Amino acid sequence: MPKVTYVQPVGARETIDIAPAKSLMLGAQSNGVEGILGECGGQAMCATCHVYVDSKDIDALPPMSEDEEAMLEDTASERKPTSRLSCQLEACDDLDGIVVYLPEEQAL
Amino acid sequence: MSARRAVVIGAGHGGFTVCATLRTMGWDGELTLVDSDQMLPYQRPPLSKKFLAGEETLSDTHFRPPAFYDDHDIGLVLGHRVIGIDRAARTLDVEGGQPLDYDHLVLATGARPRQLPVADISSESVCHLHTADHSVNLRERIAASERVVVIGGGFIGLEAASMATHAGKEVVVLEVAARLMGRAVSEPISRYFHDLHTGAGVDVRLLSTVSSLQQVADRVELRLGQSRLTADTVVVGVGVVPNDALAAQAGLATSDGILVDAQLRTTDPNISAIGDCARFPHAIAGSQSAIRLESVQNASDHARHIAAFIAGEQPSPYDVVPWFWTEQHGRKLQMAGLTPGYDRTEIVETTPDKFSVYCYAGTELLGCESVNSPRDHAHARKQLAAARRSSAEPSPPVTV
Repeated sequence: MPKVTYVQPVGARETIDIAPAKSLMLGAQSNGVEGILGECGGQAMCATCHVYVDSKDIDALPPMSEDEEAMLEDTASERKPTSRLSCQLEACDDLDGIVVYLPEEQAL
Repeated sequence: MSARRAVVIGAGHGGFTVCATLRTMGWDGELTLVDSDQMLPYQRPPLSKKFLAGEETLSDTHFRPPAFYDDHDIGLVLGHRVIGIDRAARTLDVEGGQPLDYDHLVLATGARPRQLPVADISSESVCHLHTADHSVNLRERIAASERVVVIGGGFIGLEAASMATHAGKEVVVLEVAARLMGRAVSEPISRYFHDLHTGAGVDVRLLSTVSSLQQVADRVELRLGQSRLTADTVVVGVGVVPNDALAAQAGLATSDGILVDAQLRTTDPNISAIGDCARFPHAIAGSQSAIRLESVQNASDHARHIAAFIAGEQPSPYDVVPWFWTEQHGRKLQMAGLTPGYDRTEIVETTPDKFSVYCYAGTELLGCESVNSPRDHAHARKQLAAARRSSAEPSPPVTV
């Protein structure tokens, strides 16, 4: 199964096996990883599952939908070039070993 | 205040978010979450969307796995109903369980589906869509049906209609009013979604009142005045009623919802109410009214507000721009602000399937409804929030 590493703002790292096609948001929530709210249930509607993707993994990411692009303008923590909504990233072989950093805040 | 023992009644979006936020904030008091539902706390939006469509499992709808509650020292009391609040003793009477003491009590009791005012609806073919059990049941029933009749052309009814249509079923929507989603959206949006449903093959009938429902063999017969209609499954989505009886019984002020002040406190300062069950002050177009909203955003923002209060912060009065979304036939509708009462609309259209309706009262923007236009929605949310902030500030002193 694809492995995903979540890094907390304080530096703590957790690496989780996530079933293919499951989102990085659900993967975090169902494995007890803190720091992802996912309030809208994964519809790219709320920007509370914001993550910063490690720059080494940026090229492997799927393109951003207009929904995701628009919601990223509304994140609680600063938007960076590596910002994505984790509900829109599905675990897969291409993303095996991906590292995502959690922001300080998810909700205003 | 900083309470030492907090009890939250209701494990929907509001109740769950109060608990999760308190622990994220580092609050280490005693925390208990009670719900009459046996199921691990779960999210409702997928129940009429991805879960109903068979794209998610029930465990995908859980907010968090069971270990989360142990790890965060959140006591779960599931499958038990709170049947009384002793406000003087600050104790809850729990049916079939131990009494619970509190310093601060949060009522996040939500709402329940409104019943149809017609007789004989005990049939298994007549379904509601509010809880996980409902959705599990409805998913199975729709799969085994040929014709599905949806009573109520609001969000829930139309989401169910959309899902059933895509499952290949014949679908009829009966709406008592003159347009779809009329309570919540502007006329141009009602028209667009009406055409969308009709184009997808849904038989939409406006101004249709069901006078009776009757089980005939394994189908349901509906009477609408002179005409009749049969269905394998009937989905009733005619709105919800707030669960405010427990509060009323405890002597708290209620009026179609539990009345709260700008801090979301009820008439007892040790008790607050949030989410679908709470009626709270909200300024619209310059005048103050008391509103009740049924949305994830409202429940979650209320929850964060009250969590900050319980943790000892002094939050400013609750004042957040409401937003909401629905998805039907693959089209996304996002709403920012509250548009009922508008007297003028401006439509900004990119394509016929990608546009936003800006609703005004006089010169004030009440809200924006966007179809497949997330950027308009995001901008409108910001614009509405900025307008609320500036109107909340005291006017500058007049110098002569």
